[in-house]
Amino acid sequence: MGATDFALGKLPTEQKKLSLISFSGDFDKLVATFTLATGAAAVGYEVNIFFTFWGLDAIKKKQGRAFVGKGFLPKLFGFFMGGLRSAPVSRLNFLGLSPKIFRYLMRNKNVATLEELVEAAKVLKINLYACEMAMHILGLEKTDFIHEVKGVLGVATFLELSEGGRTIFI
Amino acid sequence: MATFKLDITREHCPMTFVKTKIELSKLKSGDVLEVLLTEGEPLENVPKSSTEQGFKVLEVSHVEGAIHKVLIQK
Repeated sequence: MGATDFALGKLPTEQKKLSLISFSGDFDKLVATFTLATGAAAVGYEVNIFFTFWGLDAIKKKQGRAFVGKGFLPKLFGFFMGGLRSAPVSRLNFLGLSPKIFRYLMRNKNVATLEELVEAAKVLKINLYACEMAMHILGLEKTDFIHEVKGVLGVATFLELSEGGRTIFI
Repeated sequence: MATFKLDITREHCPMTFVKTKIELSKLKSGDVLEVLLTEGEPLENVPKSSTEQGFKVLEVSHVEGAIHKVLIQK
């Protein structure tokens, strides 16, 4: 999927809004986050996703295990956390075998994989934000993330952005 | 005005909506998208969400079995 023009024939009178806090970097919870986000964006919602702590794994440029982060401990942590491709499932992970089984099952049953959902989120121009505080702890910079990440935010700005819509913590 | 086709009968949530939205976004004003979809969630919500987003649903008709056709104009 490439860049798409999203100019609509007529703008809805009042746009609904969904804001998601992506805290967990677990494979299954990221699937839930991106399923809700893309589904909502496709039916006309304005969607914001605020990635914090483990959730930051989902938006790292390096999707596998890599020594990302400034300083010895953040680099080591970054390696063990990994990126989108190394996200574990929240239950019955079986040393990383389960995410591979899930990816196989999803492809086999024609359900969008996590990677396809992330790509769809980019095409639908969902607003992706990174948590400033968690980035500071993990020694991460905005350049460590995919370029679709719109900004680095704190709580006050997130509350302002999510005002007037629904917010879900995953 | 041109007519484009999209088959989402094998897709599941949320890609039913996502593919329709992406396809509609590529059309010019006045173009029509013919969407083939199945009963249940896609049939109930694709026409509804398209209308809510300012598109015009011209027709909803039964094709065969669980498959229906929806014509959406941008």
